[in-house]
Amino acid sequence: MNANVKSIVLVTIVLSLIACLPLLAHHGNAAYEVKTVTLKGTVTAWLWTNPHVLLKLDVKDDGGNIVHWVGELVAPSNMINFGFTAGTLKPGDEITIVTSDVARSGAPIARLAQIVLPNGQIMKTAGKYDGNAFARRDHEANAVK
Amino acid sequence: MHKRFLALSIAAFASLIFAPAVAMHAQYAPVNPDELEVHVDGWNRPIPRIDQLPKNSAPAPRRDISGTWEPAEGWRNGVQAQGAYNYPMDGKHPLPYTPEGEKAWKEHKYGDGFGSYPLAEVNDPFKMCDPIGFPRIDLHDLRAIQIVQTPKKTLVVYENDQVWRSIWTDGRDFPKITEPRWYGYSIGKWADDYTFVVETTGLDERTWIDNTGRPHTKDLKVEEQFHRVNHDLMELTLTIIDPKYYTKPWNALDKYPLRLQTDSFDIREMVCSESEAEIYNKEIAEEAAAAQNQKNQTQKDQNQKNK
Repeated sequence: MNANVKSIVLVTIVLSLIACLPLLAHHGNAAYEVKTVTLKGTVTAWLWTNPHVLLKLDVKDDGGNIVHWVGELVAPSNMINFGFTAGTLKPGDEITIVTSDVARSGAPIARLAQIVLPNGQIMKTAGKYDGNAFARRDHEANAVK
Repeated sequence: MHKRFLALSIAAFASLIFAPAVAMHAQYAPVNPDELEVHVDGWNRPIPRIDQLPKNSAPAPRRDISGTWEPAEGWRNGVQAQGAYNYPMDGKHPLPYTPEGEKAWKEHKYGDGFGSYPLAEVNDPFKMCDPIGFPRIDLHDLRAIQIVQTPKKTLVVYENDQVWRSIWTDGRDFPKITEPRWYGYSIGKWADDYTFVVETTGLDERTWIDNTGRPHTKDLKVEEQFHRVNHDLMELTLTIIDPKYYTKPWNALDKYPLRLQTDSFDIREMVCSESEAEIYNKEIAEEAAAAQNQKNQTQKDQNQKNK
């Protein structure tokens, strides 16, 4: 591979990484910070409600104490399109959750990116912004430069 | 050789900057929803996503916008969580506020987008299930709508909040408005065979224009243009006219595309229930606020100790 080709490849890699930046950016809501945490626990409630679906989960911390976590998802109208229903979970289910954001305050509150069902199936959602980052294709055209 | 060195340096620099972030997110990187989503209607039947339906670009029927419509770019495209589609709250789309307009906006503590407030401080009236109102019903969570035309009026039925608007087409004029309404008073006229123009006035000033608290006065006038391009496609332009708060009219939507959905599509419920909102506010907002207060107190105590 000659130097020119190499340069093109490298520049492409760099540009791709830059293009990924918006995906890594903060979700914008002041109450949360981006943080991926994996937690195993027992479901105590699966609330199929507006504005957002909530999951309550009892998780044992390192000291053996039970911590009552609340997971925030998105509206039922969105969740159904990712395969979730009002019956996806029930109290007593042993599951694993993966957070996308956790409360800045330190409260055990999180936004969820994934839920691993008792049967091992991995369920994903698009996260907080209901996919706006993907949906807005022509916004930039209207931006004030 | 020099170029090569430059490219290598850029690459090395980039990997240093980006590698930790990429590695951290690699396993649970945000998912492109297009790859995951199915589309399910209210009857719990998977149906083709609107962008995957066979296209029918036959001419539109004359003076007819009836049918069930969804955002043409996919069901999630009309969510507009960060504000009106054409003016998202991202710091790059300033509105032509008057000083009074800007002042009113600053009193609205919204929960999404650039400069949003912590949940516990948010004073969005829709958060406590006040009616979402017009025009916010077009500018926040615009999902499936059904348009029904009768000889004297046209109805727009919305998935969001399970509400409808009546647009009178019987030639009447606006009433002498003494009672503002959440959804206002609407009159529609055909500008041509494919363009239905609706004017709405008499709007309740407690409502926000969009999810990021853009304010309006009771003198707000909204113009909507439903332009049917062909059988499948309709474009919605929505103009905000409120000289007290905005120095010039602005298009919150500009030819926003909607596509005709199959007529057997069941529009699901999406209702703001007070008891559900209360649970949400308690579990998410109040809990986070309480923890924040405790954290602040601990910090204060610590500072005191260190003195």
